[in-house]
Amino acid sequence: MRLDPRVPSGALEEKWARHRAVAKLVAPANRPRYTVIVVGTGLAGASAAASLGELGYEVLAFCIQDSPRRAHSVAAQGGINAAKNYRNDGDSVWRLFYDTIKGGDFRAREANVYRLAELSLNIIDQCVAQGVPFAREYGGLLANRSFGGAQVSRTFYCRGQTGQQLLLGAYGALLRQVDAGRVRLFPRHEMLDLVVVGGKARGIVTRNLVTGEVAGHAGHAVLLATGGYSNVYYLSTNAVNSNATAIWRCYRRGAFFANPCFTQIHPTCIPFASPGQSKLTLMSESLRNDGRVWVPRQAGDRRPPREIPEAERDYYLERLYPSFGNLVPRDVASRAAKRVCDEGRGVGSTGYAVYLDFADAIRRLGADTIRERYGNLFDLYREITGEDPYETPMRIYPAPHYTMGGLWVDYGLMSTVPGLFVLGEANFSDHGANRLGASALMQGLADGYFVAPCTVGDYLAGTDLPRVGTDHPAFRDAIAGVGESVRRLLAVGGRKPVREFHWELGRLLWDEVGMARNEAGLRRAIERTRALREEFWGNVRVPGDGSELNKELEFAGRVADYLELGELMALDALHRRESCGGHFREEFQTGEGEAVRNDEEFAYVAAWEHAGPGREPVLHKEPLVFERVKPTQRSYR
Amino acid sequence: MSGGGLRFELRIWRQEGPGRPGRLVAYRVEGISPEMSFVEMLDKLNEELVREGDVPVAFESDCREGICGTCGLVINGVAHGPKSACATCELRMREFRDGSTITVEPFRARAFPVVRDLVVDRSAFDRILARGGYVSVDTGSAPEANSIPVPKEKAERALDAASCIGCGACVAACPNASAALFVGAKVAQYFWLPQGQPERRRRVWRMVEQMDAEGFGDCSNHAECEAVCPKRISIGSIALMRREYMRAVLGGE
Repeated sequence: MRLDPRVPSGALEEKWARHRAVAKLVAPANRPRYTVIVVGTGLAGASAAASLGELGYEVLAFCIQDSPRRAHSVAAQGGINAAKNYRNDGDSVWRLFYDTIKGGDFRAREANVYRLAELSLNIIDQCVAQGVPFAREYGGLLANRSFGGAQVSRTFYCRGQTGQQLLLGAYGALLRQVDAGRVRLFPRHEMLDLVVVGGKARGIVTRNLVTGEVAGHAGHAVLLATGGYSNVYYLSTNAVNSNATAIWRCYRRGAFFANPCFTQIHPTCIPFASPGQSKLTLMSESLRNDGRVWVPRQAGDRRPPREIPEAERDYYLERLYPSFGNLVPRDVASRAAKRVCDEGRGVGSTGYAVYLDFADAIRRLGADTIRERYGNLFDLYREITGEDPYETPMRIYPAPHYTMGGLWVDYGLMSTVPGLFVLGEANFSDHGANRLGASALMQGLADGYFVAPCTVGDYLAGTDLPRVGTDHPAFRDAIAGVGESVRRLLAVGGRKPVREFHWELGRLLWDEVGMARNEAGLRRAIERTRALREEFWGNVRVPGDGSELNKELEFAGRVADYLELGELMALDALHRRESCGGHFREEFQTGEGEAVRNDEEFAYVAAWEHAGPGREPVLHKEPLVFERVKPTQRSYR
Repeated sequence: MSGGGLRFELRIWRQEGPGRPGRLVAYRVEGISPEMSFVEMLDKLNEELVREGDVPVAFESDCREGICGTCGLVINGVAHGPKSACATCELRMREFRDGSTITVEPFRARAFPVVRDLVVDRSAFDRILARGGYVSVDTGSAPEANSIPVPKEKAERALDAASCIGCGACVAACPNASAALFVGAKVAQYFWLPQGQPERRRRVWRMVEQMDAEGFGDCSNHAECEAVCPKRISIGSIALMRREYMRAVLGGE
């Protein structure tokens, strides 16, 4: 099978306009006859469901949470990019496009990224009109701040809770459609399978998380917006219920999985502290606007930070990258932190942390200004660590945060299964090998508010979709299969709790498929993941039964999927014999420890096709053609 | 972890399902580190229960950093526990005396039926917001963002109100199980913004109507809600909601 990204022809600046101009339309009177299934209610899912409802489609919206408002987008802190150039500092759609494609280390599709930069303008307009309370200047107009990987100030924000406010905007729009009768909500429902009829996605199978009921839902198209898979590492900044099950089950049904090894390890998180810890907490990248990162010059210097004089500190990001300083992209900042800690210069009880120091900013701007900008983040830090960042520098260390990889989609966000669209973090499309800060919210909302409503309509209008109900044999089979997989988990009856398997897998992947990877380690990861998977199916203990609220059962299904996904991540990382963005192969680096890309051999999207249980997946390649930008060695020095 | 760490006696509400009888059951946990969060302590208890072949305690928690509003437990009689402006998932075990007894119950209210153990159904909140917790603007119809100036002070007050995480602690803490703080916060957010003005009366009217229909009680100014709110939402929002509601009634919405 040849992968066709179906990018419209014409100049980069004209592609999206051209696509919209030729997209087929469903007549308003016919839209209520189409049922669109949306799975996930974060920024991408809620905005898509709301917008499709407004257009008049019948929408079914599913989420695992008790309310759509709790989807993990709510936790995004720092902000959302848009090329408004309100600061008159030289920003433009082109510059946002270029920063994003360069930030992704030239491993994203040009046309998608350009469209993203164009739509950034509409997103801010839309969110402001919804009453999202963005930060303002005294004149009443919108304020901005800077984020990593850019030399302009284009990030819009609501203190440290931008994701929450954008999500509440999209959730409000969604509820408005619920009130209008165009969207039906299915909270506490987990998608456990995709139903494919005649080669097209025609529905899903869900488990009601309260009653255990397994049921089918039929529609004309399925939109997945179920987020990323950072929780494969066990410890990540993701919410503990975030998971890969929906995308993984679609992979098993024929949707290709693109660039699974492209994971983002975020540089500024509160370091690991105790063995019972269930997650790591992000400290927004926006803090690097005013915080300075440093470690002691001398390895083993255990003095409290305030007793270490200026001359004995190493502000290593400012030293190594004078033009971007503390605002280098995430992959670069994370690797630099790892390097200084590996040299023995890390701080804190474990030696795996660096300082993020606000003393200079507080002296310069006053504590009140800092409180206004980051107050809730400082409170959160104090709550967790018991230390006051107004008085003593924060201790931070990288942690898994975002996954650039995801299901492969074409320009219209459709996967290799016709009728299955994938939005937001769940797809692979816009961030290449490294995502810039404040771009995830932008992508989720671009996909949901603007791209999918156009491309889904195009698909529905141009595709023959005979009536399929949940009485179709494909539904009966899928429902029976899900029921069987639930019973199988409960029947193992072993001795080891789910959490222990997850912990072991997570540590393995963090060590071998984390911030630095090498061939021997990746081979080890594949072998040990297989062994762990075998042990899981022989020795996991899942208590209770399937006909009730059973968190252990939910987690067991997700961990079973991680045990397969982890192997695919390692396989992808092993095959990609280059370093790019967040994928750092130790064999391919410069003398200064920077990533060495290999455009000759690896300027492609690696899309993996499931070949059946126990069989090696098949690699397909989508060549990345750069018509307008010239891939260069990324430099932030 | 073996040997060291803090120890606690727990009394946890167990209830198999809605309408079923419930009771407090005693458990003991050991080897708890002071940095552990309250929900991580419950994770540890559950892992031990699973190991012993027992049924783990059902409770909810997701982001574990106080922003999603999923968690919510009444700890020693107080919604979200002893620390002010702190959601259950942010609470650390260093706040509790070693060896003490901790009672854990669900957020109780007529409008929040128990689903199982410590899990309650808060979908009434969604139904209230569906009646007006938004500005009615279709995708694509927005004017240029800076064509709607908002004075900084008002934007900040709107954000203070919009910080509500919808956890329901306000309801659990209220002797009348009133949702006035939750609804007031949403009314206040749009009150302070120019975008909220066109639907001002309709919004408050419809949301208050739904709040009453869901079986929440009336507000009688106990201010317990403000005391437990993890986001420090001010009861000033309730007064504002009342004024707005009166205006809507008198204005003939």
